[in-house]
Amino acid sequence: MKNIKWSKTTRKNFLTYGLVILAYVVMQILGGAGLVSSSLKGMLVPICAYVVMAVSLNLTVGVMGELSLGHAGFMSVGAFCGTSTAIILQDSISSAPLRLAISLVVAAIFAAIAGFLIGIPVLRLRGDYLAIVTLAFGEIIKSVFNNLYLGVDSRGLHISLLSDRTNLGEGGKLIIGGPMGIGGIQKISTFTAGFVLIIITLVVVFNLVNSRAGRAIMAIRDNRIAAESVGVNVTKYKMMAFVISASLAGAAGALFAMNYSTFVANKFDFNTSILVLVFVVLGGQGNMLGSIIAAAALTILPEALREYADYRMLVYAIILILVMLATNNPKLKSWMDRLKSSHKKVKEVA
Amino acid sequence: MSPKLVPIPSKNMIPERDIDKPPVLECINLGITFGGLKAVEDLNLAIGKTEIVGLIGPNGAGKTTVFNLLTKVYQPTSGAILLNGQDTHNMDTIHINRAGIARTFQNIRLFSNLTVEENVKIGMDSQMHYNMFSGLFRLPGYWKEEKATHQKALELLSIFNMADLANARAGSLPYGAQRRLEIVRALATNPCLLLLDEPAAGMNPSETAELMENIRKIRDTFQIAILLIEHDMNLVMNICEGICVLNFGKVIAKGTPEEIQANPAVIEAYLGKKREA
Repeated sequence: MKNIKWSKTTRKNFLTYGLVILAYVVMQILGGAGLVSSSLKGMLVPICAYVVMAVSLNLTVGVMGELSLGHAGFMSVGAFCGTSTAIILQDSISSAPLRLAISLVVAAIFAAIAGFLIGIPVLRLRGDYLAIVTLAFGEIIKSVFNNLYLGVDSRGLHISLLSDRTNLGEGGKLIIGGPMGIGGIQKISTFTAGFVLIIITLVVVFNLVNSRAGRAIMAIRDNRIAAESVGVNVTKYKMMAFVISASLAGAAGALFAMNYSTFVANKFDFNTSILVLVFVVLGGQGNMLGSIIAAAALTILPEALREYADYRMLVYAIILILVMLATNNPKLKSWMDRLKSSHKKVKEVA
Repeated sequence: MSPKLVPIPSKNMIPERDIDKPPVLECINLGITFGGLKAVEDLNLAIGKTEIVGLIGPNGAGKTTVFNLLTKVYQPTSGAILLNGQDTHNMDTIHINRAGIARTFQNIRLFSNLTVEENVKIGMDSQMHYNMFSGLFRLPGYWKEEKATHQKALELLSIFNMADLANARAGSLPYGAQRRLEIVRALATNPCLLLLDEPAAGMNPSETAELMENIRKIRDTFQIAILLIEHDMNLVMNICEGICVLNFGKVIAKGTPEEIQANPAVIEAYLGKKREA
């Protein structure tokens, strides 16, 4: 079979992979040539983390069709668990990339567990109610990490809540210090690691969507009653989407955290959840490429607007409103459709 | 507490070719009450292995409620449903479908953002076995089963002349084709009993004629039983071998189309009582 006809979704998926790889190569070449400003260089890892966040939230919002307002909570779980793992392994594993990889996997696993536990009550709900409850769980996770103390010494790990009662022995180290967060992190996150994480995320999400599980998840989104009537296990598939979404967010959180020397739980609050939701809505629900572009653009934008000083966030908001209005303009949409169809006709003629 | 099973009084409705085989579905004193309202009461019905049965009655008689009971959208408050002789009181909607009852809906419920082929494939989901990880990493099991499912879906669609629509979005199909797709999706679950809820609603006479052909074709090709709710009496009288008439949740008549047409209780339910002279 030489003449394989790729379906529309397959073509779009390969376009997404291609553009991400292209962006990575271009940044590497520009970086090598010394053409990347230091402020942009510092933003590369956060951009990667936000891209993964946006794509994973798009799995919940766009593919599963449920609004989640607590996505930063899973990012937080990943950030704390991943960074703690990296600090614990600091002496035993000297290779930084390996340590980072292990930390990201641990972060993803812990976030998946959190996603599963939170999913049990949350996925019984639908629509607005589900959104509100995820918001509450996001805040609960933030409060837990604000009051969590984790230390390590020769006798092993010590955990306490509310106040520091870890009673570390000689040479012990406090890893998580409650509201002080985690300090003294080795910055081992790199742009390459972020790029690899994005590719893994895309592979997971695209392959999931194009398998029986993805079909079933979208069927439940389109019509839950009909999905049940043809024997689709609604609970199982919703949980699957939610847990995968949470675990990817966890990995993104760990990547994000290990780009800084210190961070606190308050970093992953309601605002972060909303920010990621803005990426998803702006990029288009169910549209992964759109999420990637929106996440990258909206992370760079505040920095790019630095010359407006005090009016920075005002300009940011106005740009956001204008883009939302423009992308939802029916006239613009029909014009784009006409452009697409005429393009197709030209192709067919040729 | 399992209800006491009583002999089925409706055996006389089953056509002769099915009389020796056990019925695919038996309802025994089936009933449901919502608060004080008895929506369905003492329904006794047996359906033969390859029988086409019509369920008719005036609006609000409880016909769709019967469908919802059979598919366990509602749990019956009294009586029992036996599917191939097996009690179904502990099954939910999903298990009922896997046990062999598939249905369509009065108001079309397709997965409208997915393609026609995907709609049919979702019907086959419970017959597929590869797990999430085979899907995520595209292991051989994924390719093998996806290919087989693709072929089976196209085969099923071509029986109903829809193979060329396989890649169209289900929501963009014309009304008649959407109704047909719902039936194909239900058949994809490999049922032994198909429930059709007003399949001819909103169709013109030529579409209805085609539907009648299709219903016969389904029975002959798949050798399954069909229970249908319909207001189009032309369709019901033409293709049904047995008819059950419901009014205010109670069965008022059962029998062949000829018997039903002559039954004074049915005429009264539909047209009202003749005024005394």
